Amino acid sequence: MGSVRTAVIGVGQTRHVSARHDVSIAGLVREAALEALDDAGMDFGDIDAVVVGKAPDTFEGVLMPELYLADALGAVGKPLLRVHTAGSVGGSTAIVAAKLVMSGVHKRVLTVSFEKQSESNATWGLSVQMPFSAPLVAGAGGYFAPLIRAYIARSGAPRNIGHLVAVKDRLAALRNPKAHLHLPDIDLATVEESFLLWDPLRYLDTCPSSDGAMALVIGAEDVADAAPGPAAWIHGTAMRSEPTMFAGRDQVNPQAGKDCAADVYAQAGITNPREDFDCAEVYVPFSWYEPMWLENLGFCAEGDGWKLTQAGATAPDGDIPWNPSGGVLSSNPIGASGMIRFGEAAQQVRERAGDFQVPLQTGKALGHAYGGGSQFFSMWVVGNQKPS
Amino acid sequence: MRDVAVISFAQRTAVKDRERNEVEFIIPVVQEAVAASGLARHDIDFTISGSCDYLSGGPFTFVQGLDAAGAWPPIKESHVEMDAAWALYEAWVAIQTGEVDSALIYGFGKSSLTDVHQLITLQTDPYTVAPLWPSMVDLAALQASALLAEGDVTEADLAAVAARSRRDARDNPYAVVSEDVDVAALLARPVTHAPLRDADIAPVTDGSAAIVIAAADVARAQCERPAWIRGIDHRIDAPHIGVRDLTASASTQRAGEEAGALQGGFDAAELHAQFSHDEVILARALGLDAGTRINPSGGALGANPMMASGLIRIGEIFRRINAGEIGRGLAHATQGPCLQQNLVCVMEGE
Repeated sequence: MGSVRTAVIGVGQTRHVSARHDVSIAGLVREAALEALDDAGMDFGDIDAVVVGKAPDTFEGVLMPELYLADALGAVGKPLLRVHTAGSVGGSTAIVAAKLVMSGVHKRVLTVSFEKQSESNATWGLSVQMPFSAPLVAGAGGYFAPLIRAYIARSGAPRNIGHLVAVKDRLAALRNPKAHLHLPDIDLATVEESFLLWDPLRYLDTCPSSDGAMALVIGAEDVADAAPGPAAWIHGTAMRSEPTMFAGRDQVNPQAGKDCAADVYAQAGITNPREDFDCAEVYVPFSWYEPMWLENLGFCAEGDGWKLTQAGATAPDGDIPWNPSGGVLSSNPIGASGMIRFGEAAQQVRERAGDFQVPLQTGKALGHAYGGGSQFFSMWVVGNQKPS
Repeated sequence: MRDVAVISFAQRTAVKDRERNEVEFIIPVVQEAVAASGLARHDIDFTISGSCDYLSGGPFTFVQGLDAAGAWPPIKESHVEMDAAWALYEAWVAIQTGEVDSALIYGFGKSSLTDVHQLITLQTDPYTVAPLWPSMVDLAALQASALLAEGDVTEADLAAVAARSRRDARDNPYAVVSEDVDVAALLARPVTHAPLRDADIAPVTDGSAAIVIAAADVARAQCERPAWIRGIDHRIDAPHIGVRDLTASASTQRAGEEAGALQGGFDAAELHAQFSHDEVILARALGLDAGTRINPSGGALGANPMMASGLIRIGEIFRRINAGEIGRGLAHATQGPCLQQNLVCVMEGE
């Protein structure tokens, strides 16, 4: 941990939808930024630096869009950084912003991540063949489905586990007014009957394509103490990366994810994540990734993740709620999805999660994001008490 | 703040390299910089790169970079979609947190795979400016025109910058453009983007660069003459060139002020001037005087591998401090249309 105690003191996000035809990209990010600033009792003039994150520029067709967004985010005359670490970027961006404060370089940092998928088509944006390299897949689902089949083969999980997650997260999203998908009539049969995309993933096992933005105001201890609202203190941050492919790489349960979790838990004093967290907001873009990440993140023994899901342990009223906001399965503005996980974890410990607030016992929550070929990981632990 | 120094640097450049892909471009600079740092690869705590997806034409260009950087067992790693000089800034911040003591930074780009000047149009406002397709050179020419219209700078002054850069580039093995030329000879050449001539415009370059930085204890243990980062800051101007004074660079001046650069005293400055008029504007913003030798490497007018070129400016100042040639130097990096975003790094020997 850095030398300066650091906290999230403002959170803002747009309502996530398929297409925001009513605003430009600048208008979209500004909505989230203004809401976060208002929450922190600040305006753009109070901010020392701005950190922007998003997934590949091909998703909107704007090269380094943060340059064009400098005005809209009040960054003119200030330092502006742009982070891009694949799907984990929303989490990485929050961590880069937090480090600007932990290091003592700045006191008040605004960080914003977004994706306006309606400007382009993400699946094709992901599928461009790179010069000199072999074409691999079409989109993310085609990449991850074989890994899910490997997980099922390895763990012996019943085939309906993914569908249980798909239903659980969509029902949770009914309590989140900003979630993209509100599917009140969803049940196991609906998911099972939705069409097959990539075996075993059916349409309702996958995340939507969303337009949306997320913003956080991160402040140093003295700033957080003086903030009008509660603070989510950052107890640990970690990032890990590993190469996409090499012989013997475990892509189902990647080492980088395990190492990242071990690092952030050690910083935050987490020894039993299932007991030590009140909830977790984890990047689950395809339903089966809940049991897979339950194991990777040490919430249970390897091979047991699906049993927690099946027993309802991860439901909003379970002993360790995962994604009480509805998660990535209910809203997926790709570049923002990681920061939404980090921000929703912060809102839980600030007791600002509204109708999907979980009861606080330990006062700690986990935010998680991953990206690339399950190779980039970013995580933070936030709590309602200052770190010791 | 912890004392942090640059302890090693490597670069590669080429014109239209059709033989090697990005990974093959990164491997030699990473290996060379790591070897020169004296640290084992796995003893370098943090890794970060700067690159641009649009240069390669697909998403996640930086992901392949991991194959070159070495990421097994898993590493603490990040990436900015910015010139790698900003990756160095993020690494410097990471060292300031106390969590890490050393960092490998690399940047790379193959500009020759596309019409890079036209590609940069996509950095402009996508609704009101990009549909007009002004190229990077078109926008720079507007800036040069504004500077000349002001009356203090002439085309001959721009040609003098270009001629000096081309002559200095003769001593730089990584320059892709160099020649023994004078102002009169350059002025006799055709104007290609009024008021600019080809020699006023940085060459399209493929390339890569890597740097290792370290906190004081590590730097002193590994490097005989580290280049200490005495100040580093970056600032951005408004995107719309119509609201900016194009003859000045407010963001460079502010970054220079924050980095402690404005009291001068530099033996050399490496300015990321992609056009000859950029150098004039930057030198004015930073208050550089005749005592400072500008772009002894030939600068970006000699070689300009996008996404690595700003980092190379820092590396060139390190190289001279490390060799004992200079005691205090300034490095500058830029990105965005018409010098929109600027980074200033002040470096000194012991």
